[in-house]
Amino acid sequence: MPDNAPPQTSALRVLTLPEPLKLDCGETLDHVEIAYESWGEPNANRSNVILICHALTGDQFAASPNPLTGRPAWWPRVIGPGLAIDTDRYHVIATNVLGGCMGTTGPASNAPDGKPYGTRFPVITIGDMVRAQRAFIAALGIDSLFSVIGGSMGGMQALEWAAQAPGQVFTSVPIATSARHSAQNIAFYEVGRQAIMADPDWCEGNYLAQGKRPSRGLAIARMAAHITYVSEGALKRKFDRGLQDREKTSFSFDADFQVESYLRYQGHSFVDRFDANSYLYVTRAMDYFDLSSRSEGRLADVFRDTPVRFCVFSFSSDWHYPPEANREITRALIAAGAEVSYLDIQSDKGHDAFLLKEPIYERALAGFLSSSAELRGI
Amino acid sequence: MVEQRTVRPDHEAIARRVRQGARVLDVGCGDGALLDLLKSTRSVDARGLELSSETAGIAMARGLSVIQGDADSDLELFPDDSFEVAILSQAVQQMRRPARVLGELARIAPEVIVSFRNYGLWSRRLTLIRHGRMPAPGLAHEDGVLLPVTALDMIELAGRLGLACVAVAPVRGGEVGAFRNKGLKRLNWGADEVILHLRRM
Repeated sequence: MPDNAPPQTSALRVLTLPEPLKLDCGETLDHVEIAYESWGEPNANRSNVILICHALTGDQFAASPNPLTGRPAWWPRVIGPGLAIDTDRYHVIATNVLGGCMGTTGPASNAPDGKPYGTRFPVITIGDMVRAQRAFIAALGIDSLFSVIGGSMGGMQALEWAAQAPGQVFTSVPIATSARHSAQNIAFYEVGRQAIMADPDWCEGNYLAQGKRPSRGLAIARMAAHITYVSEGALKRKFDRGLQDREKTSFSFDADFQVESYLRYQGHSFVDRFDANSYLYVTRAMDYFDLSSRSEGRLADVFRDTPVRFCVFSFSSDWHYPPEANREITRALIAAGAEVSYLDIQSDKGHDAFLLKEPIYERALAGFLSSSAELRGI
Repeated sequence: MVEQRTVRPDHEAIARRVRQGARVLDVGCGDGALLDLLKSTRSVDARGLELSSETAGIAMARGLSVIQGDADSDLELFPDDSFEVAILSQAVQQMRRPARVLGELARIAPEVIVSFRNYGLWSRRLTLIRHGRMPAPGLAHEDGVLLPVTALDMIELAGRLGLACVAVAPVRGGEVGAFRNKGLKRLNWGADEVILHLRRM
């Protein structure tokens, strides 16, 4: 562990990239640290490596609990022995993204001057996150990945991997994602960023140096975003207009409704585990994501004759990255001549369905990985 | 793993018409039974297109490469000649625009195999004449009404779309007869279902 790492992350596995990382914005980051976790064993020729890419507020603890916080794994339904991402067969690695706040270099990390970067951290892109992952994989001595799998922002990384390094990734599994952030996506995340920056405790981004945390702003950002992660049907099923611990409305601005209480809880529980500046940077990276912009708006041209096998999933009630956004990816891949599978799962659980119990999805993912593994001789 | 099912005779007959190792697109592939057979007996590079999420999910679970999509709108995306063989097995009669679908298949692959219920069958003709009723499946059937088409209709349509009939096989009582390219009127009279092997002219 380098000396300048935040002390609270000492239980994390961290690798420092051997080379400086060149960023899309033109700047270069030195001594980039990548926090990671892994499960299962690599085979003799390391052809069985799967990289799991996490979503906006996820981390590297996809399949085992976070040792610092005790927070449970976020994808235990899918990763493990005998599961779709079978750790008896595959060597599974997850990293915390560049700009994140679970041990990988981000705005809460110390800059070379020994003080936290804060808003001095350069604005990063999904492309930068993947370049960091590629450097990390290379540093581990791994030439290519059997699969890159991720939901939501993780799906953007899965697509970015295939676009950036088609020769280094055998399969790509983008789930509930988009190849370009829509105006609606940008709008919702802008509300979140403005909430953070309007909190006086944000201190122009220098809150860490001043011993403060913009918790109220970050909680509101989380509340606004969380609405987009659940479907209207799920909110109705869970809460409808139910009242919270009371018989009638209070004629005040207390959390009368269960849905208010739920959202407040979502907001408050989030601020303990996430850095506000990280939220600004990572949402910005998603806003800047538009793969088609690299080929004059034609997404198919980005993947023309790609050797990568794709498997795209969407969920019918997802209005954050709706089925149409995923179908657009699929249609581009078909036009590009790529081998692609696509499945829209019927679910009323909204965007978060990709993390929840959906047996058809889990079996289809297992089938795709298993047949791909046979092709690769795993 | 999906349990082994008995192989349907019409699937076997279709598989025998497909070259070893060919790139095959099965449109309306359902749960992937035919693609699975083609993979195991013909080592084809198998792809499927299926409208239903549930059956597409089953096909994917058995390791098949399947796109959940609508043949009526998604086929236009596939590049010219991206496959060697395109198959429409018991699917063309559920399409909204069968002529357009068949035309797209002729563009995507030089060979097209189509199987469907033959409304030229004598007993179906009699049902309409004697009782004034459409042959089954009727309006109340859960799959809805199938497009009533005869073997001769389909051969004529294929011809207009630039697809010549290489051979036809009749299916009666679940058994597949020999492929032939003559006596089509008789076949149209006697076949419950037909399998058409078409090739771009």
